[in-house]
Amino acid sequence: MPKLTIDGIAVEVPANTTILQAAELVGVEIPRFCYHDRLSIAGNCRMCLVDVEKSPKPVASCAMPVGEGMVVHTKSDRANKARGGVMEFLLINHPLDCPICDQGGECDLQDQAMAYGFDRGRFHENKRAVKDKYMGPVVETVMTRCIHCTRCVRFATEVAGVPQLGATGRGEDMEITTYLEGALASELSGNVVDLCPVGALTSKPYAFNARPWELRKTESIDVMDAVGTNIRLDARGRQVLRVLPRINEDVNEEWLADKGRHAIDGLRAQRLDQPYLRKNGTLEPATWDQAFAAIVARVKGLSGGKIAAIAGDTADAESMMALKDMMSAFGSPHFDCRQDGAALDPTVRASYLFNSTIAGIEQADALLIVGADPRKEAPVLNARIRKRYLRGGFPICVVGEATDLTYKYDHLGTGADVLAKIADGSHPVAAALKNAKKPMLILGMAALTRADGAAILAAAKAVADSCGLVKDGWNGFNVLHTAAARVGGLDVGFVPATGGKDTRGILDAAGKGEIEAVYLLGADEINTAKLGKAFVIYQGHHGDRGAHRADVILPGAAYTEKDGTYVNTEGRVQRALRAVFAPGDAREDWTIIRALSEKFGKTLPYDNLAQVRARLAFVNPLFAAAGKIQAAEWKAFGTAGAIAAAGFEYPVKNYYMTDPISRASRTMAQCTEEFVTGGARQKSSDPKTGTHG
Amino acid sequence: MASFNSYARNVFLAEIASGMWLTLKYMFMPKVTINYPYEKGPLSARFRGEHALRRYPNGEERCIACKLCEAICPAQAITIEAEPRADGSRRTTRYDIDMTKCIYCGFCEEACPVDAIVEGPNFEFATETHGELLYNKDKLLSNGDRWEPELAKRLEMNAPYR
Repeated sequence: MPKLTIDGIAVEVPANTTILQAAELVGVEIPRFCYHDRLSIAGNCRMCLVDVEKSPKPVASCAMPVGEGMVVHTKSDRANKARGGVMEFLLINHPLDCPICDQGGECDLQDQAMAYGFDRGRFHENKRAVKDKYMGPVVETVMTRCIHCTRCVRFATEVAGVPQLGATGRGEDMEITTYLEGALASELSGNVVDLCPVGALTSKPYAFNARPWELRKTESIDVMDAVGTNIRLDARGRQVLRVLPRINEDVNEEWLADKGRHAIDGLRAQRLDQPYLRKNGTLEPATWDQAFAAIVARVKGLSGGKIAAIAGDTADAESMMALKDMMSAFGSPHFDCRQDGAALDPTVRASYLFNSTIAGIEQADALLIVGADPRKEAPVLNARIRKRYLRGGFPICVVGEATDLTYKYDHLGTGADVLAKIADGSHPVAAALKNAKKPMLILGMAALTRADGAAILAAAKAVADSCGLVKDGWNGFNVLHTAAARVGGLDVGFVPATGGKDTRGILDAAGKGEIEAVYLLGADEINTAKLGKAFVIYQGHHGDRGAHRADVILPGAAYTEKDGTYVNTEGRVQRALRAVFAPGDAREDWTIIRALSEKFGKTLPYDNLAQVRARLAFVNPLFAAAGKIQAAEWKAFGTAGAIAAAGFEYPVKNYYMTDPISRASRTMAQCTEEFVTGGARQKSSDPKTGTHG
Repeated sequence: MASFNSYARNVFLAEIASGMWLTLKYMFMPKVTINYPYEKGPLSARFRGEHALRRYPNGEERCIACKLCEAICPAQAITIEAEPRADGSRRTTRYDIDMTKCIYCGFCEEACPVDAIVEGPNFEFATETHGELLYNKDKLLSNGDRWEPELAKRLEMNAPYR
């Protein structure tokens, strides 16, 4: 533990700490461009120069380990002069086009030039100009502004695991480029925009839309996957213009996947902004009263057993709570939140959680992935696995179709029958898992949604028990969900009551006419053709598959438009706040159900959000502790059965379009064309040079 | 004695006489009033009147949608929306000034990095309805086209002091 003095403050820090990190510990600010907490140290911007006593030259503090008895001055004349010089050099080739730059107002270079720069330039020669590069549909480039900090290169190589960015040339000829002039093929590519300290990489869909000072910032939760990424919604007027990640070390660190970041333009298209009624086969606009009256007229006489409800993948816990209470009031046991038919056991919480927690991945020392494609199903979680992988000593095995997960793994085959062999110890992987201190198993939806999903769950449980995945202080059994609403739904108990039918049963019964009314709470991923002649009430925010089939449409709010509670795949209860109001006549979802229940004369016993949340906490005390995680008890679950040897079919085939919002999004359509269908690359015929104002 | 002097002034109408003398004096002095709509008084080069959006000599609009005028406007009279134009350049799709909110402080003109928004010499833009004073981009650009010679001259005169 070396002791050193920084600006007169004595501090003792662990060995191998750098001067910059030590300065951060004592609250001394050192300017920097290339240094970033979560990336390797490059030391190429030189902005962090400090004055170290007995050192002949200023020292780059980001790359200099602390030494015993060091005396560091960050504000001495020599340090200031060194920084001023570096800043002047950086600005020599910087275009100073702040008025037309999207980074203006939130630019590190702008801020630090104000704080540490000289107030005029002495460079009167011609500045250089660099040709802009194509980096895909979400990253706009103005390479003349680049100061070569290489944060984007290091992010792509280290975190995203797609080594497609690099620098060519030296000195003034240095250029950051995608080697093959192709799009940056990563689900995390949007993060390079946040990392870029200048305006060289900016968001393409957000180009020239707004300035940071005119945006209203709201803290929220991403619902595009089940990771529960903490996000900040930046809105102006009635539109959410962009999404940025919030730092949460336990969940997403500071990354955000592209779908969560860029699917928001889907919130402006295909919206349901008023109730609709089906008359003579076509949907016609109606008022709330007419819509409610039509539902009451059709549903009121039905016995409970003829009514069913299915909740969708982005439903908030509040609306599922209200719908469950209403279904119970009807006397119906048929409701389910697992619209993909996943064989999850709602009675044992440990059986459907990512028990190791996302942060726990970093402590694990062996990993078996079964029927999951974490890169597409949860890109931010996959980045965490890659982070652990890069530290070494982390053997990874995959059962399922081999895909590029951005790290190396042993492929154990495509069929689920391997699981049985691992469970009985006859497979060599079993020994590896047994020998590991903290082994992990990730079970994906591809395995659980199959007809033999329950048997696979039981087999996975057998693996967990026989290979010692669950021990004191460690639970290595993990289910990776793909739906943001899933764990919330299971925790609320939005699963068939005694004698109730699950999603498959509801669809079958509706097809046969046994169930006459089906309430879809944003459920779009079911086969609506199977609903037969049932009376379908669709409550949601987009005119997608569910709404096309509906007989009555009740316009609800999307996740940006309501205060909602979501539970992520690790079982972390998180609250999202409303950023904007829902369009037109659309209302927050639980209030719609509350209003409808009144029309049936079965008024739900809550009138405001606090009362709904109190009800949630009453049903499941977990909902009272937002942001926290509670370890689930390891109990017996699963029913053993025959497992088919067939391969897994991953649920996310096109990462960019998985839900109504992303299907309506223009940006996601461009990404699909670029990365999935491999359409003609949209390359500008006349590559722009320099800045264009 | 004092009362005698006062009595004498009253008898000889001294106040009337001095007042008439003043009137007579002003009759032979130059006039300060002007026949307003037909004659106009001098205007400083720094007079802040009606707004205009200027163009470059090649006809390209100057405004680059940096939104600094919108940010500085103390009356929040300016509303701007922007998006990339077909050629990729940064342009406004909407530039509105509510002239009834505007306090004619001239901050917008000070903030503009490209001399696009300016306050010209025109102060005669009264209208019959409120709506006509909600200026949009077309109106501001047409103001700029109409007043460009004046605006350029005023900017030139002010240039040494900026």
